[in-house]
Amino acid sequence: MSRLSVFSELWEFLKYRKKYWLLPIIFVLVLLGLLIVVAENSVVAPFIYTLF
Amino acid sequence: MRILGLSAYYHDSAACLVEDGRIVAAAQEERFTRKKHDSSFPINAARYCLAEIDAGVGTLDYVAFYDKPLLKFERLFETYLDYAPCGLRSYLMAMPLWIRDRLWIRDHIQKELGFTGRVLFGDHHESHAASAFYPSPYEEAAILTMDGVGEWATSSVGFGRGSQIELFKETRFPHSIGLLYSAFTYFCGFKVNSGEYKLMGLAPYGQPKFVSLIKEHLIRICDDGSLWLNMEYFDFAHGLTMTGAAFEKLFGGPARPSETNLTQREMDLARSIQDVTEEIVIKMARHAKSLTGAKYACMAGGVALNCVANGKLLRERIFEDIWIQPAAGDAGGALGVALSIYHRYLGKERVSAEKSGLWISMAQTTPAPYSDGMKGAFLGPRYSSEQIASWLTNEKIPFRTLPYLGLPAQIADFLADGKIVGLLQGRMEFGPRALGGRSILGDARSPTMQSVMNLKIKFRESFRPFAPVVIREHVHEWFEFDGDSPYMLLTADVARHHRREMTPEEKALWGIEMLNVPRSTIPAVTHVDYSARIQTVRREANPLYYDILAAFNNKTGCPVVVNTSFNVRGEPIVCTPIDAYLCFRRTAMDVLVLENHILLRDDQPPLQDDEDWRAQYPLD
Repeated sequence: MSRLSVFSELWEFLKYRKKYWLLPIIFVLVLLGLLIVVAENSVVAPFIYTLF
Repeated sequence: MRILGLSAYYHDSAACLVEDGRIVAAAQEERFTRKKHDSSFPINAARYCLAEIDAGVGTLDYVAFYDKPLLKFERLFETYLDYAPCGLRSYLMAMPLWIRDRLWIRDHIQKELGFTGRVLFGDHHESHAASAFYPSPYEEAAILTMDGVGEWATSSVGFGRGSQIELFKETRFPHSIGLLYSAFTYFCGFKVNSGEYKLMGLAPYGQPKFVSLIKEHLIRICDDGSLWLNMEYFDFAHGLTMTGAAFEKLFGGPARPSETNLTQREMDLARSIQDVTEEIVIKMARHAKSLTGAKYACMAGGVALNCVANGKLLRERIFEDIWIQPAAGDAGGALGVALSIYHRYLGKERVSAEKSGLWISMAQTTPAPYSDGMKGAFLGPRYSSEQIASWLTNEKIPFRTLPYLGLPAQIADFLADGKIVGLLQGRMEFGPRALGGRSILGDARSPTMQSVMNLKIKFRESFRPFAPVVIREHVHEWFEFDGDSPYMLLTADVARHHRREMTPEEKALWGIEMLNVPRSTIPAVTHVDYSARIQTVRREANPLYYDILAAFNNKTGCPVVVNTSFNVRGEPIVCTPIDAYLCFRRTAMDVLVLENHILLRDDQPPLQDDEDWRAQYPLD
């Protein structure tokens, strides 16, 4: 299974939920997230991990 | 038809294998990795499940995951948008986790397991609902699920009949009974997601002084049990703590730092939030009754582990009987999603114990036959007598072997002599409770047993109560309860004729001072409000465990014994004989029973234990 399939699933999901407005926001925030991942070496376990 | 259910990445990762609708194996990852509440991919648990029936991954028809990552992702983004820019720190921590792991769960599952078939995803609360209804004895029942949060839902109400489940009401994030309870857990200095049961145990030491303050400022409870939280007081939706400055101001000061002395404020807060929780649970149950008209109810989700609320719900008689999934937390989601795929997605029939006559309502006959789909929760690994003997011999560990027939009387003798006995026998339990497979036993009649077990065996806080295990046939003679509680998820009061009358001086004690006053003929398991978290045992569920209690009863006239989980504070319950032996040697336990092999503390050579083992287990 290619990782790219997640993006098509996400698109299908947004279509099904009729939440197209989330798409640009997700795009920008995930891009930002990618930068964070690239910039750091380890992920610190969050305090309230159940929520996210 | 084989389905492997998985829960992972949040807390309590687990795997469960369902074959033709029967649960054949289930285990939490923490038991193998020895990291409490381990959230990593449950590869060891999954391997164990397959090994239990000697099957390979290629024989699986489906692998199912217990919640829907994209729905959760949506909730996260909408919450960050709602609170922007306040949620920046939380976002900065959450995004790497999602980008590295949580967006690729399907990919991870296939790679980790080497599985090439279909991976399905179930809704979080539907997984809980399935774990509550399908293994329950009932042909039809109301379903209640309550936890912190899944995708959006925080609690739900539904109805199950035969093989079908329908959830028709839900409360949504951030308004959550589980997160409300966790907020108070955090504020009282306990760990979120693991310290909730400590708060519940602390409640009887306090007074409900803060109930009106909570209702006035923090929460609006509707008649249907749904609730609305005033988010001005909580930080969990956007921050990295549960409560904020407004919460501290409301309750007269900052949160209690962990491991510091408990004050009356924490005890009163514990009691107050316990009362509020019970009110919500009971209102929700009444609403479920009015919507479904069902005679019975089943429950799951972390809040369903609140056995005090469960006991109160049973006594309210809203339903004739209730059944609670023993792995009510997220671990049980693995079990629920596998059963949900089998019955709901694939439309396969379910034959309930009620329909097949293996379970009959207590209202009809007493004592009624009891059966459910959980096999007593003994769904984990077993180590045979031969395997254990071989290991003990190789390691040159002194032991003696008894025939199984003589074992119960010998263990009963140890217990009656005041000895503390670690017991590893049969399959390991699935869920947070030790039920006789991986248990530490002691004499419930001893007034010193609670403090000895807390301080020298478990190394945990002295206020924490212990639970009794009692022979099913005798439960009504010792407790104000006459039913089955095989999973230790109900509390009931000690029977009046076993209670001890308090002197005026003792009655005047309050808070933690109440702790050391014996309250009954079984003081080790009688909490300060005379309640006890009961486990009942039937012989067919666990013959050796039952026979130990029967032998103890023959010797002492008391069919009640202390049962606590086989671990020390912060350690997952032991899984293997090696885990059990190390725990035995590192504590003041007197006797270790590994199947039919007996190890005495005094016979053992010095333990070559150079490492600081307590550092392995962060305090929970």
